[in-house]
Amino acid sequence: MAASSLALKTAVRLPARRFASHFTYQPSVAPASLGAERTKMNLCQAVNNAMDIAMGTDQSALVFGEDVAFGGVFRCTVGLQDKYGKDRVFNTPLCEQGIAGFAIGVATIGSTAIAEIQFGDYIFPAYDQIVNEAAKYRYRSGGLFSCGGLTIRATCGAVGHGALYHSQSPEANFTHTPGLKIVVPRGPIQAKGLLLSCIRDPDPCIFLEPKVLYRQAVEEVPSGDYSIPIGKAEVLKTGKDVSIVAWGTQVHVVSEAAKLAEEKLGVSVEVIDLQSIQPWDEDCVAESVTKTGRLIISHEAPLNSGFGAEIASTIQKRCFLSLESPIERVCGWDTPFPHVYEPFYLPTVWRVFDAIKKTVKY
Amino acid sequence: MFKVLQSKAVVSLARRAASNEVSFQSKEYKLHKLDNGPSTQVSISRDDALKFYQQMQLIRRMESAAGNLYKEKKIRGFCHLYSGQEACAVGIKAAMTDGDAVITAYRCHGWTYLLGSTATQVLAELTGRISGNVHGKGGSMHMYTPNFFGGNGIVGAQQPLGAGVAFAMKYRNQKNVCVTLYGDGAANQGQLFEAANMAKLWNLPVIFVCENNGFGMGTAVERSSASTEYYTRGDYVPGIWVDGMDVLAVREAFRWSKKYCDEGRGPLMIELATYRYSGHSMSDPGTSYRTRDEIQQVRKTRDPITGFKDRILSSNLVTEDELKAIDKTVRSEVDDAVTHATTDGVLPAEALYTDLYANTPAQLVRGATAEETFAQPFLRTEDLLKSMGQA
Ligand SMILES: Cc1ncc(C[n+]2csc(CCOP(=O)(O)OP(=O)(O)O)c2C)c(N)n1
Ligand SMILES: [Mg+2]
Repeated sequence: MAASSLALKTAVRLPARRFASHFTYQPSVAPASLGAERTKMNLCQAVNNAMDIAMGTDQSALVFGEDVAFGGVFRCTVGLQDKYGKDRVFNTPLCEQGIAGFAIGVATIGSTAIAEIQFGDYIFPAYDQIVNEAAKYRYRSGGLFSCGGLTIRATCGAVGHGALYHSQSPEANFTHTPGLKIVVPRGPIQAKGLLLSCIRDPDPCIFLEPKVLYRQAVEEVPSGDYSIPIGKAEVLKTGKDVSIVAWGTQVHVVSEAAKLAEEKLGVSVEVIDLQSIQPWDEDCVAESVTKTGRLIISHEAPLNSGFGAEIASTIQKRCFLSLESPIERVCGWDTPFPHVYEPFYLPTVWRVFDAIKKTVKY
Repeated sequence: MFKVLQSKAVVSLARRAASNEVSFQSKEYKLHKLDNGPSTQVSISRDDALKFYQQMQLIRRMESAAGNLYKEKKIRGFCHLYSGQEACAVGIKAAMTDGDAVITAYRCHGWTYLLGSTATQVLAELTGRISGNVHGKGGSMHMYTPNFFGGNGIVGAQQPLGAGVAFAMKYRNQKNVCVTLYGDGAANQGQLFEAANMAKLWNLPVIFVCENNGFGMGTAVERSSASTEYYTRGDYVPGIWVDGMDVLAVREAFRWSKKYCDEGRGPLMIELATYRYSGHSMSDPGTSYRTRDEIQQVRKTRDPITGFKDRILSSNLVTEDELKAIDKTVRSEVDDAVTHATTDGVLPAEALYTDLYANTPAQLVRGATAEETFAQPFLRTEDLLKSMGQA
């Protein structure tokens, strides 16, 4: 929005073309260590496959949530009820607080609970149960009880038209609560390995699936049972001049910006997928910033108290003497997630590109 | 008001009807913890008959238009249609008096129209235009008019709010009710029970209304609810089951309920048995969890508009020509609304930052490049509109 058009006194016309997706998906290749056999899967199928493996290897694993018996609104649980029966895969009524509380109970008695909250935006009715019960059970019972078997899967992120209540990225709402683990995958290979880790982790996990990637993200996913460790970031591209940290869909946005910066500015960018937001891989980021001297953090969630703030604070302390420029954050604006203004709200490739320019020229 | 005038105009054109008032027998109500209930003998005047017909037809037609706009990809995101449930809103509205309030969930297009918005304001909101109910800032699930508190995307969130609104009415000694609507799916959110307890504890004039359309998304009521007798689920809150496909039964039930609340005896919990023709939202074809046959059967035997039309015609209360004239005005009103919804402009982009807080200093807004930032030009959408000469 140029200043001149801000002064515009008449309503602007909508562009004739609908906004295309704000990023280009960059598929990953799984390392050989995850097994030779591969199957082409999108993110939705990878999530389904992880739950299938978890249920096949753990007789106590249950999958439940609104409409999951029929496959769920995003089709992530398709076929699981047929395979594992109605007593292990079932619909719940529409009651998120109840779903979370019930899941905590199931997990506390020692079973594996995989609960689906249809949209991350609907996780807030369940917030009390997750924050006050799930996160604190182990601590307050001196280790006698825990709900380690609990994994809450929820969708997150922008899809182009989700507006206020089908677009939010609530990761930072949960990182402020010790006792929870929060993971966001960038694609199918990661999703499968990380979801299996969450399901088998001895602490309660929240697994946020960027719903825009469900169909769009397709990769050759290792067919077997494998896991990707929680708490480890991945350097997707090495570089010398500036480090960029992102997670989920935003990884693809920053990767594109990094490419652009190399072409147009001759800047060498290191791209890091944090993937595990809590706990997060401080060492990986610190090492990278020690090398490059510059850091940009980018997330879809609003800037204010977003997880980028935590990273920035930690890194400025650990890498103070290596920093060549102030740490930049390129995030959603501090507004509710808007309806028609989504393209202006998002931390787009151009905004990230601009931040790269700014940090290297500082 | 516009609507009433319009149907009056139609009436004056043709005075061939035999009588000015007829009465009908409606289905038995079912009562919960009530000794007596609304009358099943309901009468209706010519004016009202024409008005209800016009309102239900307009909502039906507007929703078809919304469905088409969605299919043409002119509506982004979510869009939940009210087709099949028209008699619920129209019947309740007919019993409402000045100062009564309504709050509902996301299936709110029909309500928005009945409570003061035009078809243009509804459809243009769906397409995100400046002429929309909230100038495109809300979209399908978020529309408001004075005393209509929306339009809620979070299922179950509106229920306690309704109790709060009703408390204010009681506190101010208003003879008003807050009609608090939710679906059969939302009936399972814990907030309903918390709200019902508060409402009964403090005898609030709130009428909880469960629009039971048989499904919450793809889940049939029997699969989600331990008891599908939604009118009894307030336990100590008295309840009434009403045929929600009969606009007259609905109106009668709400007249009775309003009186009951006016006497300081509220709350009440009313179940309206109804049906949704379309899928849950436009992305759901609505045929994987029920048969096409079932939908056809309801259309044939229980349709709220066809049923009502048959009644008022066969009793000679109105004439075929009068209804045809209404159909014509409805068609042109909706066509006109579609034109606006597809050609009107949108709010300028700075409205992204309006209505964040009431009293904070202007926030910094990024310009064409990231270096260029300046203070939020308008704190309120209203001010922005004024600056454009549109408010
Ligand atoms: C807290 C929350 N959970 C889930 C949803 C997703 N959702 C939207 S509508 C709906 C079904 C509601 O059914 P019902 O209450 O019967 O209303 P109807 O759609 O039939 O009018 C669900 C599960 C939501 N919007 N908010
Ligand atoms: Mg329903």
